Amino acid sequence: MTAPSGFTPDTAAPPAGQGGAAPRAATAPAPDPAEQRRRDRRSRRYRWDVRWSPYAFVAPFFVFFAAFGLFPLLYTGWASLHQVELTDPTHMEWAGWHNFSRLWEDEFFWKALRNTFTIGVISTVPQLMMALGIAHLLNYRLRASMFFRVAILTPYATSVAAATLVFALLFGRDYGMVNWSLGLVGLDGIDWQNGTWTSQIAVSTIVIWRWTGYNALIYLAAMQAVPNDLYESAALDGASRWKQFLHVTVPSLRPTILFTVVVSTIGATQLFGEPLLFNTAGTATGGADHQYQTLGLYMYEQGWVNLHLGRASAIAWTMFLILLLIAAANALFARRLRKSQ
Amino acid sequence: MRRNTGSHRSGAVVLAAVAALGAGLLSGCADDGDDGSAGSSGGGDSKGKTVVTVGTYGVMGFKQAGLYDEYTKLHPDIKIEENVIDPASNYYPQLLTHLGSGSGLADIQAVEVGNINEVTTTQAGKFVDLSKAEGVKKENFLDWKWAQATAKDGKTIGLGTDVGPMAICYRKDLFQQAGLPADRDAVSELWAGDWQKYLDAGKDYAKKAPGGAAFLDSAGGLFNAAVSGSSEVYYDKSGKPIYKDGPAVKKAWKLATDASASKLSAGLQEFTKPWQQALANGKFATVSCPAWMLGQIKEYAGDKYKGKWDVAAAPQPANWGGSFLSVPQAAKNKDEAVKLATWLTAPEQQAKLFEKQASFPSAQAAYDLPQVADAKLPYFDNAPIGKIFSQAAKDSPTQILGPKDAVIKQNFTDVGLLQVEQQGKSADEGWKAAIKTNDNALDQ
Repeated sequence: MTAPSGFTPDTAAPPAGQGGAAPRAATAPAPDPAEQRRRDRRSRRYRWDVRWSPYAFVAPFFVFFAAFGLFPLLYTGWASLHQVELTDPTHMEWAGWHNFSRLWEDEFFWKALRNTFTIGVISTVPQLMMALGIAHLLNYRLRASMFFRVAILTPYATSVAAATLVFALLFGRDYGMVNWSLGLVGLDGIDWQNGTWTSQIAVSTIVIWRWTGYNALIYLAAMQAVPNDLYESAALDGASRWKQFLHVTVPSLRPTILFTVVVSTIGATQLFGEPLLFNTAGTATGGADHQYQTLGLYMYEQGWVNLHLGRASAIAWTMFLILLLIAAANALFARRLRKSQ
Repeated sequence: MRRNTGSHRSGAVVLAAVAALGAGLLSGCADDGDDGSAGSSGGGDSKGKTVVTVGTYGVMGFKQAGLYDEYTKLHPDIKIEENVIDPASNYYPQLLTHLGSGSGLADIQAVEVGNINEVTTTQAGKFVDLSKAEGVKKENFLDWKWAQATAKDGKTIGLGTDVGPMAICYRKDLFQQAGLPADRDAVSELWAGDWQKYLDAGKDYAKKAPGGAAFLDSAGGLFNAAVSGSSEVYYDKSGKPIYKDGPAVKKAWKLATDASASKLSAGLQEFTKPWQQALANGKFATVSCPAWMLGQIKEYAGDKYKGKWDVAAAPQPANWGGSFLSVPQAAKNKDEAVKLATWLTAPEQQAKLFEKQASFPSAQAAYDLPQVADAKLPYFDNAPIGKIFSQAAKDSPTQILGPKDAVIKQNFTDVGLLQVEQQGKSADEGWKAAIKTNDNALDQ
């Protein structure tokens, strides 16, 4: 039995003319080419936006860094290979590695390096330990905790110059307040400026005073991120407050401590304003015997007092290399630390 | 989609803000550079006046003595702006940097005597020759002052302002108590001709040392005073540095370390806070006293010692310190700057500056003007300072200057002598330290 195809429209294949997307397109509004272009443009812009905007946002930093960071760095490196005097900075005479090899035999340079190291140690170590202690205290529930937090940050907000000038007065030999207080408890006054250790301790005091609060705040922030459960379980195990600090707080703060050590080390290597202004005569020698002349100060003396820009540049680059060494040592240390955990 | 456009728009806003900030920063930097030469567009301010800028270190006193006001009254179309850089140690490196780049310079730049030789020998091409300026008379100035700012080719790039002729300031009351003559002529007579006699008087003084006051303030001050009476100090005539074995340096070093060894010195470092405090507390009886030192004594010793200080002639005529005014070629208002510098250093104005600020004139033509010739200072028991200092200035030898005079001098006093005085080092150790520091400073 065969039926005429006309009666079985249901089973029959749809006519070719009416299949596909075409009929629907015919019923929809006709595509507007302008709108299409706009859409394309928008989606293209969107893609660009997502792709390139982040670069645009970080660009200002890199542009400024290139202009005021990278270029001076490279130019200083170039200048360090020349003999350049500030009296005629455009006249550069090729000197090869002379400026660097000269530093090798320069006892003032080695003295400055030693001073930088010792001042760095006696300022950074007590500073970070005190900061840790202060942060720990501030981490307790305190009345007016906001006040204390702001208060410990105020030294950081004062200018180096103002703070140092005041400290230079406090550490005066004849009329200084420190010696006056020593006199009250029956001790002899100390000639802070002229002793090697005394002057370095005095300079370190200024650094400690300025930076302890800043580091304490960083520690405090990290401490507040330590989960409370750790303390609770430690307390359940019968750990005293001190043990909790030692075995919970300090290990949790390890990355933060590492960070502050790095930042303080960089700061200590570049120490300049404090030893310059601590000298009441305002000279760049760092005391009569250069007893507290840091590398930064020696660079300044060579460049801006003795006017040897090439040599000053060599000192600057040496400082930079020392910092790279410290950074490498630190990275090594950090990796070790991570592995041991 | 909506959210997206939103973030897109805010991104653009941030970008614009960053750009604006960056532009602000850049223009901020540019402003700084232009500071020294205000009114780069033809040098006029909003009222159409020409702004002449003067770059100085410390207090030069032109403003304080009212000289700027007087000049602008004479020239109503001129406005004067002074940029003071303090501390003075920052001034010179900055001046060199600006000269090197040819921008940021004031129309008039002051130069200190310790740097004038280096400026004259290395930077002469960058300054206007002031000897040819209208109204500048060479014979008005002390010969040696004029010579100090004159380059080999005869170009004079600085006009002298003040000089520091030497005297000795002493505490009349302490001298009396110690049994020394107290009258200024008798005191001058006591050590006339030789610094050694000054130390001998000090030894007599030290036998009594009334009130525990030392004879002099610092070995460094004595050293500076003693070297500045010689014509060859740190450099010889040919321009060779002789600080290692120059007779003037050796002699002054011996004097200064002797003074320290025989406990005549209070062991202070001049111009520091402890030195000022010692002045205020009357801790020393004499101080080597260039004319500009009078102001320091008056300020820091204060009313308590008014009339107790007096001024006697120094053992030998000498000069310590002084300044010059120069006009860079790159100055925006060169012609007006030359006119102003000429006027400020003319004898009449120098006399006025002396009267108000006690800056002693380098224009010898001013010495006969009544403001100088008859000058007496009540604080120093009416000492005839005009007479004393003009005599010293006229008799001073022409000092041969060298490019690194300022640095060498500083290393002798602030390294060598300070080690002897404050760190208990021997004279020999101090000498070696000073020489070593100077060798390092001068080594290319």
